[in-house]
Amino acid sequence: MAMDEILDGMSEVSCDVLVIGGGTAGPMAALKAKLKNPKANVVLLEKANVKRSGAISMGMDGLNNAVIPGYATPEQYTKEITIANDGIVDQKAVYKYAENCYSIIEELDSFGIRFLKNENGDYAVKKVHHIGTYVLPMPNGETVKKALYRQLRRARILISNRYMATRLLTGADGRIAGAISVNTRTAEFLVIKAKAVILCTGAAGRLGLPTSGYMFGTYENAANSGDGYAMAYHAGAALANLECFQINPLIKDYNGPACAYVAGPYGAFTANNEGARFIECDYWSGQMMLEFFNELQSGKGPVFLKLNHLHEDTISEIETTLHKVERPTRGLFHEGRGTDYRQQPIEMHISEIGFCSGHSASGVFVDEFARTTIPGLYAAGDMASVPHNYMLGAFTNGAVAGEHAMEFADNTDFAAFDAADVARERDRVMAPTKRDDGIPPNQVEYKTRRLVNDYLQPPKVTRKFEIGQRRLAEVRDDMENRMVARNSHELLRALETHSILDCADMAAHASLYRTESRWGLYHLRTDYPEKNDDDWFCHTLLSKKDGRMSSEKRAVEPYIVPIADDEKDLYDKQRVRTSA
Amino acid sequence: MPLASYQTSVPVVVDEAKCIADKGCTVCVDVCPLDVLRISDLTGKAYMAYDECWYCMPCEADCPTDAVKVNIPYLLR
Ligand SMILES: Cc1cc2nc3c(=O)[nH]c(=O)nc-3n(C[C@H](O)[C@H](O)[C@H](O)COP(=O)(O)OP(=O)(O)OC[C@H]3O[C@@H](n4cnc5c(N)ncnc54)[C@H](O)[C@@H]3O)c2cc1C
Ligand code: SF4
Ligand code: SF4
Repeated sequence: MAMDEILDGMSEVSCDVLVIGGGTAGPMAALKAKLKNPKANVVLLEKANVKRSGAISMGMDGLNNAVIPGYATPEQYTKEITIANDGIVDQKAVYKYAENCYSIIEELDSFGIRFLKNENGDYAVKKVHHIGTYVLPMPNGETVKKALYRQLRRARILISNRYMATRLLTGADGRIAGAISVNTRTAEFLVIKAKAVILCTGAAGRLGLPTSGYMFGTYENAANSGDGYAMAYHAGAALANLECFQINPLIKDYNGPACAYVAGPYGAFTANNEGARFIECDYWSGQMMLEFFNELQSGKGPVFLKLNHLHEDTISEIETTLHKVERPTRGLFHEGRGTDYRQQPIEMHISEIGFCSGHSASGVFVDEFARTTIPGLYAAGDMASVPHNYMLGAFTNGAVAGEHAMEFADNTDFAAFDAADVARERDRVMAPTKRDDGIPPNQVEYKTRRLVNDYLQPPKVTRKFEIGQRRLAEVRDDMENRMVARNSHELLRALETHSILDCADMAAHASLYRTESRWGLYHLRTDYPEKNDDDWFCHTLLSKKDGRMSSEKRAVEPYIVPIADDEKDLYDKQRVRTSA
Repeated sequence: MPLASYQTSVPVVVDEAKCIADKGCTVCVDVCPLDVLRISDLTGKAYMAYDECWYCMPCEADCPTDAVKVNIPYLLR
């Protein structure tokens, strides 16, 4: 049919600030950039449609990490996130988020997004984390995308939907120069020259293969195939701590969050097959995931979210929240299996692996101004390295990136890029369309992700990783020389496969570099089972050097919020103690 | 190597009697994050062209005539 026909086209536009990815961080970045300089041109490029794209496509239940005066301080929050990440945190960026996020909550409120308040009119914040209190429900959470879209229209942001960015362009001086993108329905090229670029392309959510075998049944929005990580890598930016995988405790097969954060404050908890609590705290950390994993292995699995001991009214209230926003097909899933929260606990499982700073800590390295290591290139949201950032972090750091990028753009001119880079990219992108015969993208993708599960999933074993790398190299050869795409939709998937394979290679390389275990299950190496602070109390940065993947250490910046010795291991004590 | 096509039961179903794509509506096609819906040349109605669905629901929620029904993909049902 006409829609997915492959057309031969190439156009070029220019703007002051280009934002790539219009999910959560992206709209906020674009808005703040434009408000900073209303005369400037801001383009928001989106692979899907900004109206309904990203992790918050159908809205959100609440804020997971709100630092609200009277409930928590930026110092407390910074401390908690530092401890939850085994100390490997540049606190400046976390602290800055914690300081700024309250004003973003107020701004979201002014957009019409409501946050739960108690009888006194104070925010009704709930405790889910190990130490502090940061979870704030959103009673009209299903309206988030609409509210953002209204602001974008009002500010006259130029929105380009259905364009997938494939590579960044840099100038001879190493500065950012723009990006190359491909229309997902026509395969036409759009080259965007920009003075500053902000990457907001979300998590690498299609890295591991869900246990259901359904390639798009991922935890993350399946459109988030890790393109931002791949683009940053190929442009020469550094990526931090990629060995700190994202692994989440989810509803088995459905692969959506069981939402202990929603149900926990009402008395629901994560239980083993004896109906007993085995973890102290439901907040998602690597240490918590390790206990979850251990329970599954112990013979006391499966693991469940238990609600059936709660009062009928409470269950109905939880049900309404969980079945309306965020992942509204959840009710349908339970119905299909005859699961009623009043009778049965909900079976849970461990998710496939991914990269996502929103929930763990890996991503394109950024400082407290959302700057990457490439001048003029910024990153925010799930793909940038600020840990445990969640939705409010995407909004807050998106805002920081937008303002800072516009300031940068205002003081600079376009960097000149080499036209040969565009020609080379065009050849790479179009290669699968030039073949009549070969391997379709879905098979290349399936095999890549199956190998990720077989070889890269923790517990990490050196020998398995080495075999995995060899097998992934074979798949790469197929992808580069034999993959075939017969229409522009298949081409979209083919390009995503490139990102997925790049991310798999990065996951393997980064994991082999850090020869210790850290972050609970996220980086559990059976041949280096201990945490080794003497050699590895540092970040790792992965980047492309002379065309090859390379890793190096980077010191953790001196803390601005000190952590006492007896606080350092609070997150290591996740298992419920059997005797007093 | 020749390609064969592979049967799959798609999760998203459109009620053709209700769908007004023939009057110019393309809402579900426009909003889908995975870009898997299309308007059929044959019937003039929306349908799921690619079985690559995140069962997220914008198609169902935004359809002006309630013609779309999202089911859980069979493999994870
Ligand atoms: C199921 C689920 C439940 C969650 N629940 C909560 C919660 O209750 N509370 C909370 O605080 N947080 C929650 N989170 C986390 C939070 O939603 C995310 O951290 C946050 O929304 C991430 O924002 P982002 O902008 O980085 O990514 P996204 O919002 O996912 O946006 C990324 C965008 O980039 C686009 N894109 C990708 N690649 C390209 C490309 N190559 N070119 C152009 N565009 C591209 C995508 O289409 C997408 O629109 C949840 C996440 C998920 C997945
Ligand atoms: S949104 Fe509804 S009416 Fe419109 S094309 Fe889709 S199914 Fe048809
Ligand atoms: S449920 Fe989501 S991914 Fe599936 S067709 Fe509808 S909008 Fe697209």
